[in-house]
Amino acid sequence: MKNYDVTVIGGGPGGLAAAISADNAGASTLLIEREARLGGVLKQCIHDGFGVIRFGEKLSGCEYATRLIRELETTGAELMLSTFVSKAEKQRDGYLLTLTSRGGMERVFTKALVLATGCRERTAKQVAIHGTRPAGVFTAGTAQAFLNVRGQMPGKRCVILGSGDIGLIMARRLTLEGARVLGVYEAKPDPSGLMRNISQCLWDFDIPLHLSKTVTTVHGDERVEAVTVAEVDEKMRPIAGTEEYIPCDTLILSVGLIPENELAESLGVPLDKKTKGPFCDQSYMTLVDGVFSCGNTLHVSDLADYVSESGDAAGRRAASYARRERSLLPVNISRDFSYVVPQYIDLEADLSETVFFFRTAAERKKTKLRILLEGVEIKQKQYTGLRPPEMERIPFDLSGAGLTKDSKLELLMEEVRS
Amino acid sequence: MTKELICITCPNSCRISAELGENGTVSVSGNLCPRGEIFASNELTCPKRSLTTTVRTVFGDMPVLPVRTAGEIPKEMIMDAMAVLSGLVIRERVKCGDVVVRSILDTGCDVIATLDL
Repeated sequence: MKNYDVTVIGGGPGGLAAAISADNAGASTLLIEREARLGGVLKQCIHDGFGVIRFGEKLSGCEYATRLIRELETTGAELMLSTFVSKAEKQRDGYLLTLTSRGGMERVFTKALVLATGCRERTAKQVAIHGTRPAGVFTAGTAQAFLNVRGQMPGKRCVILGSGDIGLIMARRLTLEGARVLGVYEAKPDPSGLMRNISQCLWDFDIPLHLSKTVTTVHGDERVEAVTVAEVDEKMRPIAGTEEYIPCDTLILSVGLIPENELAESLGVPLDKKTKGPFCDQSYMTLVDGVFSCGNTLHVSDLADYVSESGDAAGRRAASYARRERSLLPVNISRDFSYVVPQYIDLEADLSETVFFFRTAAERKKTKLRILLEGVEIKQKQYTGLRPPEMERIPFDLSGAGLTKDSKLELLMEEVRS
Repeated sequence: MTKELICITCPNSCRISAELGENGTVSVSGNLCPRGEIFASNELTCPKRSLTTTVRTVFGDMPVLPVRTAGEIPKEMIMDAMAVLSGLVIRERVKCGDVVVRSILDTGCDVIATLDL
């Protein structure tokens, strides 16, 4: 049976970065990808805007993946494609993985595991749309794969539900390919996607964005014939009398992403209800020793660059992983946050390269973010505004802060009056 | 007249106010970096966009090839550029970064493959 120091599961922007950094740190490394080609979702992300942080230039998702793949090829990391991890079991000194591929079944042993399994899209059933189940209802990512990988149009007259980034990108993409996008409907009072995507994907093509409106019913037997949309109240309940019948042949859903953690759960890794990914420390180790998590598996990021950054760190830390007792200090946050990652600081691990990622719970104007230790401010950062769709990043060297296992570390937000 | 813009250069999505003066000068505020100034001044005089799309191929393992303009082209030429690219069929294997159309619509901007075919 083959034996590795680090096994990375998933070959997208997180897993590629993790495998490269684990190999660079001297670990014998295996990367497992269930599809025939590396790149993960980036294979279908033909649009640009990737790599501004990591490579200092604006690349398409495909180019971003190609760069990481070329870099991986220069390392000694082993690669298994079209291979699925069907089982992961904890053993005394590591993890036993059962793999399924065209060659049959095999087992490998690894000292440390990096979960880079990405995320899934929420579906129509998860957002309670009523009516029939005809062809023509797609998640935005599925529509994107049809169009950008297979070259097939999902439909001609489209309604998009949800203003997540993939939905906005698809509104532009479908319009460029000759479809009519009748409108983007968002149940919340604010758009979910990045402002630059609202601007360059909707405004540029005069595609209307309807806020506080949702799709309540899908009509059609064989194929979608129409949808009913309605205004919603502040509790997101449709308001009677506001229904509108919109003839269309396609409904595209961009209603959120959920970290994929089936393997993590099978290993007993505790998950954060807010991020829907594992709790972790600043080394991206989950609460199960030797199991690391990165990228969208950990929390859904806006940018592939951030996904790879956590992959870099998780791979490097997994490579230097040695069995030892951890001393975990919880990171306390106020209700102003939707979440903060990491949720714990391991006092026994390197503290100098700690990076906090957070999202605000509600849209805010000028805000001061404060990090307090025993009630005393040890760092602050000012923001001109914060929006829930936009993830923020704070690198902070905690090594000189004097943390002990009884410390109280907390993150707060304060309004700044100008 | 002041125009409110969202800069699309980077993920910061800066909200920019831009005003075109009588002598053609553009005054800009709200941008975090100089790229915002360039974006805003283009936006008031000659808005430009990069185009990302796919072109058909003859290969079964990759029926469409992702491509993009190597730089930005005038925004009003985007649909014309799409028309040119929708008529194109790639018959030879190319690599990520290879030019598939030289200077599309005489803009001086090449169209390049963004994946190995």
